[in-house]
Amino acid sequence: MPPKSQLWLLATLVVAGIVSAFSGRIDPYFLDVAMGVGIAVTLAASLNLINGFTGQFSLGHAGFMAVGAYSSAVITTNFGPKLLPLVGGQVWILFPIALVVGGLLAALAGLAVGAPSLRLKGDYLAIVTLGFGEIIKVIFQNVDAVGGARGLVGIPNYTNLFWTFGVAAVTVYVVWALLNSTYGRGFLAVADDEVAAEAMGLNPTRYKITAFVVGSFFAGVAGGLYAHLKGYLNPGGFDFNKSIEIVVMVILGGMGRHVGVILAAILLTVVQEPLRQLGDWRMILYSLLLIVLMITRPQGLFVWPLWKKKNA
Amino acid sequence: MAPLLQLDNVTIRFGGLTAVGEVSATVNEHELVGLIGPNGAGKTTVFNMVTGVYQPTSGNIAFGGKPTAGLKPFELTERGIARTFQNIRLFPSLTVFDNVRVAFHLHLEHDAVHSLSRGPKFHREEIGLRERTRELLSIFNLERVQNEPAKSLPYGDQRRLEIIRALATQPKLLLLDEPAAGMNPAEKIELMKLIQFIQEKFQLAILLVEHDMKVVMGICQRIHVLEYGRKIAEGTPAEIRANPAVIAAYLGQEHA
Repeated sequence: MPPKSQLWLLATLVVAGIVSAFSGRIDPYFLDVAMGVGIAVTLAASLNLINGFTGQFSLGHAGFMAVGAYSSAVITTNFGPKLLPLVGGQVWILFPIALVVGGLLAALAGLAVGAPSLRLKGDYLAIVTLGFGEIIKVIFQNVDAVGGARGLVGIPNYTNLFWTFGVAAVTVYVVWALLNSTYGRGFLAVADDEVAAEAMGLNPTRYKITAFVVGSFFAGVAGGLYAHLKGYLNPGGFDFNKSIEIVVMVILGGMGRHVGVILAAILLTVVQEPLRQLGDWRMILYSLLLIVLMITRPQGLFVWPLWKKKNA
Repeated sequence: MAPLLQLDNVTIRFGGLTAVGEVSATVNEHELVGLIGPNGAGKTTVFNMVTGVYQPTSGNIAFGGKPTAGLKPFELTERGIARTFQNIRLFPSLTVFDNVRVAFHLHLEHDAVHSLSRGPKFHREEIGLRERTRELLSIFNLERVQNEPAKSLPYGDQRRLEIIRALATQPKLLLLDEPAAGMNPAEKIELMKLIQFIQEKFQLAILLVEHDMKVVMGICQRIHVLEYGRKIAEGTPAEIRANPAVIAAYLGQEHA
């Protein structure tokens, strides 16, 4: 009998599959929001591993997402017609392969950014990752093969409820399972005190790179889901604001909290809908929310028990 | 028998300042050695070189007969050197239990992938480690607070927890950096007993940096004395107490 955590994962996948099978009866608008929620949970949970549990500060999550989005979209859009016959025309085989390849390339980008820059701490790391995110955006804006600034169009709409919630469940499971072990407590130890962690025989650089690579992998997969949900990629969509949006989810949920961050990702995605007519003004609201929150509830919105004060 | 730890003409300079100059010293297996000296004598710097935080400018350090040059702190911990810090450095947000558990990490056979698979092997190993963590905590009577966050412990317990955490790495050599700092006389006596108990129970060598003469003289078998980064004396507590150079260093020239 597999452990309870894996049964939970399996149950979530089965439920996602069943609901997805009947998604034709669900209101398309509602469906769209629900899939957005799944993607947001994946992004927030993966960033939580880096920013929350391992105590790093990455502002480049949208960049990793873009790497995954573009690479999986190129696979299905440009090479799809050739690749599909190879897997017997089955989209459910091609799509996850494209997602995983996108994730792996994002992880590779995570390694490339992380390995040299993880010696930096706090704000310095934030600036490097911020720079990386912008570089990625500008690269995609200028490569004509993927549409340049006009964006990449004609991406098949492969994303459905099963994939979004399945990936979200797997991400949450991986982050949870990675942390809940003697090995995994090392991430928290590194976040708490690197010098002490090193004196206890933990290799902080390795932990940080692991967090970065795993986190960017899932950001890449989420990017792939996003690409095949919207059917269109605009490089401007993976800008600094997008990274901040994910950071806000993590902070709002409580850095290094599993459930809190999931709830915050759901809340912020749903709340966006009525705020949509505000357009870019939404970011002001986000920023205001952050300021108010940092003053009144620095430990996060959904930290149990809800009325508990920090350090109490 | 070769000494467990050997410092051979070790020098470290920070810019123009020679913090530690040509210090040679040894610690034998199962020996309790003190390292004393006035403020700024370079004791903690010696510690930081032994644990790999700093690399000596010249001279050699060998542990278990092998040179340690170029090794990172976590690699030295793997080889069997554990330490505590002058200003306590626990993992404040982790529980008491997890502070100790994470230090067992070195002796894990399986890591990331097994964390994800959560198969029977993983569970067997985790259960074993939990058992060993509980055992270690119960030796020092800290199992009653094992689920409290480490930062909520009283000061004396935090010091003890730091020592326990270091022991969980199963060291051959334990370096204690001013463990008696901030303790009252009664706590100091308890600490002396604790250090001797640890040395016997875990059969390890201890190098103790300490300001408190009563503690050092009371338990150390051998003492090295530093002043201005140089070693000025070495010997048993009785010899050190009678050494004119040591008395001069601590009390001034006219008393010698």
